[in-house]
Amino acid sequence: MRYLLRRLGFFVLTLWAAMTLNFFIPRMMPGNPVSVLKAQLNHSGRVASTQQLNALLASFGFDPHASLAGQYVTYLKDMVTFHWGVSIGGSSLGASVAGMIRQALPWTLGLVGVATVMAFVFGTLIGIVAGWRRGGFLDGVVPPVFVVTSALPYFWVGLVAILLFANGAHALLPNDGNYDIGLHTEWSWKFISSVLRHAILPAGTILITAIGGWILTMRNTMITTLAEDYVRMARAKGISNRRIMMGYAARNALLPNLSGFAMSLGYVIGGTILVEYVFNYPGLGHMFFLATAGTDYPLLQALFMLVTVAVLICVLLCDFAVLLLDPRARAKG
Amino acid sequence: MTTTPMPATLTDAPGVSGALRPRRRSGRGGLARAVMHNRKAMIGLLLFALFCLLAAFPHIFVPWSHGDPQTVGAFPSELHPSLAHWMGTTQLGQDVYTELVYGTRESLLIAVIAGLGSTLLSVIIGVSAAYLGGIADDALSMLTGIFLVLPTFPLMIVLATYAGKGNLTVVIIVLIVTGWAYGANQLRAQGLSLRNRDFLESARVRGERKSYIIVVEVLPTMTSLILAGFLGSALYSVLTAAGLQFLGLGDSSSLSWGTMLYWAQNQSALLSGFPVWALAPGFAVALLGVAFALLNYAFDEISNPALRPVRRHRAKRAHS
Repeated sequence: MRYLLRRLGFFVLTLWAAMTLNFFIPRMMPGNPVSVLKAQLNHSGRVASTQQLNALLASFGFDPHASLAGQYVTYLKDMVTFHWGVSIGGSSLGASVAGMIRQALPWTLGLVGVATVMAFVFGTLIGIVAGWRRGGFLDGVVPPVFVVTSALPYFWVGLVAILLFANGAHALLPNDGNYDIGLHTEWSWKFISSVLRHAILPAGTILITAIGGWILTMRNTMITTLAEDYVRMARAKGISNRRIMMGYAARNALLPNLSGFAMSLGYVIGGTILVEYVFNYPGLGHMFFLATAGTDYPLLQALFMLVTVAVLICVLLCDFAVLLLDPRARAKG
Repeated sequence: MTTTPMPATLTDAPGVSGALRPRRRSGRGGLARAVMHNRKAMIGLLLFALFCLLAAFPHIFVPWSHGDPQTVGAFPSELHPSLAHWMGTTQLGQDVYTELVYGTRESLLIAVIAGLGSTLLSVIIGVSAAYLGGIADDALSMLTGIFLVLPTFPLMIVLATYAGKGNLTVVIIVLIVTGWAYGANQLRAQGLSLRNRDFLESARVRGERKSYIIVVEVLPTMTSLILAGFLGSALYSVLTAAGLQFLGLGDSSSLSWGTMLYWAQNQSALLSGFPVWALAPGFAVALLGVAFALLNYAFDEISNPALRPVRRHRAKRAHS
């Protein structure tokens, strides 16, 4: 129980740190949101009165009349109560940030979530087998191949995939968007197959680039674990190979891999921003690009907080998994 | 009974356990020989040397080019690859191959400087956390823990957007600020496992200063970890910097692989029939990344022989 409470405390603390960073970065940096906002409003042909401008600024925590401490408190309250203000980006000026995010979120969860979990599960399984069959075919192939794939830039793999499979008039697969233009969101085979066809390339890109690291760490910890005395003991007792592999070695080797998963998640999510950008996939990652291209501070603020929450939830889930797998963690806590 | 404390790093990432071995390799010659005998290390080293050469003397590789490779309109625009222009030309009439060669310098510099910077930061924070202990350790490890899970690439996008796009110094600083935590975590664990060793105790009894103990006694035992940390963060920096520049958050007038990618994407080079222009800079980024990753993995193998590939004849005997 203490273990869980400590992890929950860490969750809250990190979230708070992220939101505080989010609050202070724009106030420490030379780029001034007020001037950007003015320029943007003028650019889009709207003339805003000072009053309107102030109202807009206040809507994402830049109330010029409030003190810094007051701004900070309001900002924290707004962030956790989903009052994320309105967008100031060029094309989506005035749209509610919460609404924009609600539209993009399911696409990212579906694409990135499924691809990342698949990469972790398959990576771990391949790593287990490669480490178990030391000197076998898989073990010979795994290290050189996946050291290379784990160093490839996400966006480049995406570009190559487009060139190979989605280029020209008779392309095998579509190269942008989430479903064919003209279809309606409905539970029909036509719609679902279109969504799936659009997801294959971006998901494959994430899979190829993310899986390598997890295979390698799993293989390496597996090898270290197989040298432990309890594995030899299990062999001496005549326990079946499969049980030794999964129940004795893999179960213990998985623990460091799980914390590795939690740690590298931030990096993977960063990569998926680029993948969504390359494939024009209308999820949160692509929205990140739109927000920075249009210097859309309110959107950027909300997106960063949301991504942090997502990573932290995954970290928490990993902690639960460790608790389930490792009696030592339970006993300590 | 249990006089040897379980090193804290054993539960951490793999490869660390090998670095824990207190007995050190016999001098520099041992390490050089180990690198020579490891195929991954050799390939990585050769690639890295090639890129260093490209960065230092780009004109050797394009002897026919004179003046600034970015001169607008030096050649007809958007030529397809030919003998005269191996990779074609850009929309502004620059030779892609020449740009690629000259772009090496900035990309390599970003990787090495950001890698060195974040390694230094991780050494300072990790070692002092382990050595100071108490409240300082708690605070520093908490900071490390937070930066470890913060999604760094999104954070970089936020930072770079606010800091005004395009400044190289900003990109490097941001890379350092977001890239130190992993190394610091490992160094702290290693430092903790050393804290009660006899050789440190004897240094304390001799009355050495703290700074002396840290620099002369503690740091040398961490060389392989620090080296691995540098390679890891250099790899991270290459990939992330290219990603940032690709999104348009770099200086779009500077010459690096990332900005080349940005312009190619901007002109949708890939889909309008210029795949070489669109993919070559990314290939260079990938190659440099592979060089760092191979070296990093090879050092894991060198310090932990259990991970090395099994030799064929030995493997056969083990199975029969």
